[in-house]
Amino acid sequence: MARPVSTDAPDSTTVETPDRPEQLGPVFKAAAGPAKWADERLGIAGLARSNLRKVFPDHWSFLLGEIALYAFIICLLSGVFLTLWFRPSMAEIEYEGSYQLLRGLPMSEAYASTIELSFDIRGGLLMRQIHHWGALLFIAAMFAHMLRVFFTGAFRKPRELNWLLGVGLIAIGMIEGFAGYSLPDDLLSGTGLRFVDGLVRSIPVVGTWLEFLVFGGEFPGDIIVARLYIAHVLLIPGIILGLIAAHLALVVYHKHTQFPGPGRTEKNVVGYPLFPVYMAKAGGFFFIVFGAIILMSATMQINPVWKYGAYNPEQVTAGSQPDWYMGWVEGAVRIMPGWESHIGGTTWSWNVFLPAVVLMGLLFTVMGVYPFIEQWVTKDKSEHHLLERPRNNPTRTAFGIAAMSCYAMFWLGGGNDIIATQFHVSLNAVTYFLRAAVFVVPVIAFIVTKRICISLQRSDIDRLLHGAESGIIDRSPEGGYAERHVPVSDEEAFMLTEHQPRKVAELEAGEDETGVSTGKGGLKERMRVKASGFYYADQPEKLTSEELAEAKAHILGHEDHAELESNAHANGSQSEDSQSEDSQSDEITAGEDEQAGTTPS
Amino acid sequence: MRLLSSRRRHPATRALFLALALSLMGVLYATVAPTAPSSAEGPSSTQIEEGQALYRTGCASCHGLNAEGTSQGPTLIGVGAGSVDFQMGTGRMPAAAPHAQIPAKPKVYSDDEIAAIAAYIGSLDLGIAIPDIGQYSMEKPARGQFPAGHDGDVAYETALDEYYRVVAIGGELFRTNCSACHNYQGTGGALPGGKHAPSLEGVEGRYILEAMRIGPQQMPVFSADVISDEEAAAMITYLEELHGQRNNGGLGLGGFGPVGEGLWAWLIGIGGLICFAIWITRKGVRAK
Amino acid sequence: MSTHDEPSRNVVDERHPLPDPGVEEHLPRLTDVDESRAKRAERQAAFLFALVPVLAIAFVVCYFAIPKTWSVDFGPLQANALHMALGLTLGASVLCIGLGAIHWARTLMADHEMVEERHPAHSSDEDREAALVEINKGIDESAVTRRKMLIRALGGAGLVAIPAVVLLADLGPWPTKQKRQETIERTIWAPEVDPNTNEIVQYRYLVNGITYKRIKASDIRVGQLVNAEPENLQDLHGKDHQVEKAKSALIVVRMDPQSIKIPDSRKDWQVGGILAYSKICTHVGCPISLWEQQTHHLLCPCHQSTFDLGDSGVVVFGPAARSLPQLPIAIDDEGYLYATSDFTVPVGPSYFERDSRDDFKKGDN
Repeated sequence: MARPVSTDAPDSTTVETPDRPEQLGPVFKAAAGPAKWADERLGIAGLARSNLRKVFPDHWSFLLGEIALYAFIICLLSGVFLTLWFRPSMAEIEYEGSYQLLRGLPMSEAYASTIELSFDIRGGLLMRQIHHWGALLFIAAMFAHMLRVFFTGAFRKPRELNWLLGVGLIAIGMIEGFAGYSLPDDLLSGTGLRFVDGLVRSIPVVGTWLEFLVFGGEFPGDIIVARLYIAHVLLIPGIILGLIAAHLALVVYHKHTQFPGPGRTEKNVVGYPLFPVYMAKAGGFFFIVFGAIILMSATMQINPVWKYGAYNPEQVTAGSQPDWYMGWVEGAVRIMPGWESHIGGTTWSWNVFLPAVVLMGLLFTVMGVYPFIEQWVTKDKSEHHLLERPRNNPTRTAFGIAAMSCYAMFWLGGGNDIIATQFHVSLNAVTYFLRAAVFVVPVIAFIVTKRICISLQRSDIDRLLHGAESGIIDRSPEGGYAERHVPVSDEEAFMLTEHQPRKVAELEAGEDETGVSTGKGGLKERMRVKASGFYYADQPEKLTSEELAEAKAHILGHEDHAELESNAHANGSQSEDSQSEDSQSDEITAGEDEQAGTTPS
Repeated sequence: MRLLSSRRRHPATRALFLALALSLMGVLYATVAPTAPSSAEGPSSTQIEEGQALYRTGCASCHGLNAEGTSQGPTLIGVGAGSVDFQMGTGRMPAAAPHAQIPAKPKVYSDDEIAAIAAYIGSLDLGIAIPDIGQYSMEKPARGQFPAGHDGDVAYETALDEYYRVVAIGGELFRTNCSACHNYQGTGGALPGGKHAPSLEGVEGRYILEAMRIGPQQMPVFSADVISDEEAAAMITYLEELHGQRNNGGLGLGGFGPVGEGLWAWLIGIGGLICFAIWITRKGVRAK
Repeated sequence: MSTHDEPSRNVVDERHPLPDPGVEEHLPRLTDVDESRAKRAERQAAFLFALVPVLAIAFVVCYFAIPKTWSVDFGPLQANALHMALGLTLGASVLCIGLGAIHWARTLMADHEMVEERHPAHSSDEDREAALVEINKGIDESAVTRRKMLIRALGGAGLVAIPAVVLLADLGPWPTKQKRQETIERTIWAPEVDPNTNEIVQYRYLVNGITYKRIKASDIRVGQLVNAEPENLQDLHGKDHQVEKAKSALIVVRMDPQSIKIPDSRKDWQVGGILAYSKICTHVGCPISLWEQQTHHLLCPCHQSTFDLGDSGVVVFGPAARSLPQLPIAIDDEGYLYATSDFTVPVGPSYFERDSRDDFKKGDN
């Protein structure tokens, strides 16, 4: 068993010559001068020393956030190009450019300059498409990254603040994307703005005032594009950059989380050094993301604004949709019943206010407070740097899947007309179905996911107790056939047992022996115990070291099942409850050897 | 026109300009158009008899022996030859069964047979006639129509420019009157209760004009008094130009707009980059 | 408390049933043991890097050599030739940098996993105490604890933020009751009135959108739909044009009077089954014109609210809550359609101050 290489390992490209750094290489010599110059002015050597060999763990899912970061940088670069030609003005002109099918039509400067960018500026269309694909990927990657963080529990202490920064980034990223979608002033973006106008208006009490302030008067006015433009190119990107800086600084300070595995503990981080491996990998990945987005933009047409025509408030097109990240809000608005109250001379437009404004607020509130809810339930105040495998926290995973399925139902609602025409079903039927599905599907998803997680845990236990399939079939003297099992490797066994199952909190006595209230039996505490039971009641009990040793001996000794079970139960280290739980898990998973064999390790 | 350029912003000038340009096109068309097809000469009595015979075998069971209509199908008296040409030419008729929306399919009758039935129905009463080609298409200026040399070039460029200005207004009319149901590029859209507005891609201009005039099934009527033949021709030409155009930015992704784009961003974008991420972080083959 | 320097290997943690076997043994890669393979990997990475300048030059050549009007057509994949050439060369060259760097990192850079100890996120007790001491010192020296008035006065000075907010008040006009009556509660369908005599000088004629031709009632057939505008819209330009169009857009339909319900209160609002409705959806304001001439249903393509134009525009499906406002119309001596008054209720989406009691509800007469 090799000892892990220490952090001051020689920085060499070949393992065979570990003594090379002592003789300064040519690169080293050449860099010495400038490095000295810089250090004498900036004192960067100390910073470099402590950070250059910082360790990052390797896992594909840790790169999702990087995709978002790179896509944002790509949007910044392509966006700067676009600003050189785009004219954020709603002044009306007559189009005399080279796109023939719009010749002579009245349109805004913004739309005309977008058409000009697409047809008259070499590379302009490419940059527009890079910017749009980049924006879609930026938000998609943020969501994917957030899901990874959620399902692995990476938001737990000490990373709650970073989770909040991430939630803020998604919220602001969506606003940024929507502002950009509205800028070209084509038929779709104008229709989107019309929707926003209705949405702002629907806010009780202050809606009309907000509408007049935002649009500078009545819709559409002549100033909204200019206002959105400055928000889109300066204000919001500035905020996003600040949040990204804080987000990354915290990643560096906390060090990256890692998945459980041999040698990986709460107190260390195992991986590759920032310099050179991670710099090459992360830097290389930037170029891969950039290259992939450019290739997508070269071959996949996005937002062909010249076909939509200039915005004209009396026109609309079938299939008017926002970009995908606003699709769920659109869907919620579509499937909402037409509820409105008329109280005195006022109108309370629930049919728009609830699904658009309230629902969006609700999503980000739930996302923001979730880490604190879980912390309240578990009362867990310790730091966590080892990720939880999603199966090892079934309730959280189930919550996540339920939320995703609810989101997906809303999202389908946003495309209900496309679904209706593509799958030849009735538009009205799709809408009625989704009205129920947004409530029913998450519940089903929750139950199913939780059961799947628990049975996956049991299959882990089964694999530890009965070993892995060896592929060798034994024939017994009686003529029966059985596959020989071998114990799993020490590494895998450690990985499978490294998690800490939580216990259901128990209600502490509300009064001590002398009858004085301890302040612990209150409603809040009882709710916490209830929540804890909901979260952790049906977790399979973790195996003890004695059971594991017994199981290993048993697998090697080819004893039969019954004996093992009686042994396991006889060691008396468990409560009555967990025994039955265990034997139950055995019974359930005994027939699932095949499944256990394919469990990824 | 150039002298009046200061007045060009006035919306009325656009209308005036459209009328002028359309009449110009009409004159231009009249001088260069091929002779109109034989249908312009009016149906012969033998054609009507032939049509009546075909009608009695193929259509009368639903529309009545004398086109008076039954519980299965509406009366055809007064619908006109254009209606027959549209319904049968696009294969909607004969329908398999009465339905809220009768789908288009490959046509069952030959062109001659359809013409005969149309002539028969057209002879019953006034109605929408089968339009001439000039009513639904515009002549695109060709370089050959103009004299060689620089002056010819200029005249050609000017004529082409005028042509596109008319087509662009056709596009504006299309987006005002049609795109709400048929989508901005005529690929169709959803209607209530399982019905849909069909795609206009690859549909002959004649059928589009007939549909506008007769208002088949759920589609509203757009009569010649409100949208003139010239305007309709500009709209149809806009669609043809749009469909004849190559994509500028690559794969069209089905033309579903942002929903489709979002789907591909996830599938190709996030999916593809995750494949790269797995390659980047996977431990490679080991020596032992 | 700080136990992070305790060795992590082969320790039986009381929380773990099994001892930590330690980081997996490092196994050399093929490129580590076989120099020829390493050479090959080096050549591959170098080749990828070498492609970059070639493709970059190809990009520049394409930029100047390919005319903007050329296009390429590979079946479904069609594009402007210049666009595609620029995209493919630039994309491939950038991708090659990435692929080369990753290949290098994966095959040739040292791949020994390293272990770095973590530090708890919090600072040491010593630091915390020292920081508290410093803060106390600072507070003490600032004298705020003894001079409470200062703190209270400073709190008041925080109100300096108010001017910053107030400055935004001119972002737009304020929708006071009067302002609303001049803007969102009015359209240009209102007949022109002589301000002195209060008599109607000019009714607003219905014209076809885009072409501004007046509409003759006799030209409209049963089942016909016309997207109409007020005639006076063409006098407006730019912002005013867009704002007014966004409120006054109209859809005019003709239905068989026998097949529809016309309430008594609206007997005079139509001409022989020709009815005019606002085209602006009462939900969030999309223009609606998906009209089914047989069912008389009008569908909004944005959120699928469906209105029954044969029943005074009441909602039959979808998220809209209020019926579509109807415009009272009549014909003049020559048979042209005009509006006899403005809409009787505000058009478009709901807003808080809207008095929605006058809207037509299903069953009204």
